[in-house]
Amino acid sequence: MSQEPHDLVAPYALGALDDEERVEFERHLADCADCRAQLAELEEASTALAYAESAAPPPALRERILEAARAENGKVVQFPRRRWLLPATAAAAAAAAVVAIGVGLWASSLSRDLDRERSANAGYARAFQLLGGGAEVTQLADAEGGLLVAPDGEAALVVCGLQLAPKDKTYEAWVIEGETPRPAGLFRGGGGCPPVLLERKVRPGTQVAVTLERKGGATRPTGSIVVRSEAV
Amino acid sequence: MAELSLEFGAVSRTVERETVTSQAAQLSDEALLEAVARSDEAALAELYDRFGRIAYGLALRVLRDSALAEDAVQDAFLNVWRSAERFEAGRAKASTWVLTFVHRRAVDLVRREERRRTEPEEAAPEPAGPGADEDVERRSKREIVQDALRRLPPEQREAIELAYYGGYTQSELAERLGEPLGTIKSRMFTGLQRLRALLDEAGFEAAAP
Repeated sequence: MSQEPHDLVAPYALGALDDEERVEFERHLADCADCRAQLAELEEASTALAYAESAAPPPALRERILEAARAENGKVVQFPRRRWLLPATAAAAAAAAVVAIGVGLWASSLSRDLDRERSANAGYARAFQLLGGGAEVTQLADAEGGLLVAPDGEAALVVCGLQLAPKDKTYEAWVIEGETPRPAGLFRGGGGCPPVLLERKVRPGTQVAVTLERKGGATRPTGSIVVRSEAV
Repeated sequence: MAELSLEFGAVSRTVERETVTSQAAQLSDEALLEAVARSDEAALAELYDRFGRIAYGLALRVLRDSALAEDAVQDAFLNVWRSAERFEAGRAKASTWVLTFVHRRAVDLVRREERRRTEPEEAAPEPAGPGADEDVERRSKREIVQDALRRLPPEQREAIELAYYGGYTQSELAERLGEPLGTIKSRMFTGLQRLRALLDEAGFEAAAP
């Protein structure tokens, strides 16, 4: 059954679209005044659903949030869109510096969570350590984010806004040495800018790329490249 | 030396913050978000004081795990902190805006964890219940919403609850309930409209507390 974007207002209000549908609907929403009006009405009800529950959070949560916010010092962590900067090398270099600072700020806000041992945070923790150890930040060619490479070649790929991989698929990172792509780890994408620690060292002159592959990954890339770094 | 002056700066900021907090308490939810957009920490604290309990209750209902619920709330409030400047008071209510962040983050986590367990028949968990520290107004909002949900036709209620509290996508719901996608969408739509009418009748307004 084909989906009329209009029909998606209610599922959208309830958060019942998958990542792909949501992005598509939000695109439609920007051009559809009727949909926005209808959404505003339905959101009165969907927001109310949140009020059906109420529970006292642990008292420490408040201070943790405020401290993390303070650490960011109000600076929005913004990764420049590489696309705009392709022609200008100087601008690209400046942008790289912004990414480095941006990632630093963002990592410092997360460093406070390091003691919490969440698997989700392990990637952030390591990415933070990489930065602390003088990792270089390389731009991505077609996404927001950056590639952090420590002097010893250990690397984390930070990609922002990559949609969650479909259930039967996975993202796979590759380190391209010369002409040869070598598998460097699988990840699911989605949710902000989660760092992915690469399972292979990244040497000068190599590039990192990401493709969408069948669940379980592949030994050679079969999908087209969704994200690619500049040469390291 | 540098560290010392930094410490001193932090102390004077704390004092300042306490003064500002009392001012933030006077603001509407929307004005508060605008202050958050200007990186006003006291405003963020006040926003958390207004919505933290609802946010945590919601995250807990979706995730059924207190550590994950804390993560969801923290991520959501930091997201609010980072992107409050994108909030447009004319286009959405502050409550909708903030709680959407919380809901989206919780659903994102539950889909990842694949621990969705909310069943319509299952009683909502009452982690704290109508505790002594829950104020009257908040309790009354909670009761109005729960009552309105109970008055929905069962199929509409089921679709809404599984989607909103269970984190199921519309397609997953269609499969799970053995109904065409179109039916699921129209149950959601009609259900939300009816819910809105019931809430209006009961004089519900989504704002803090």
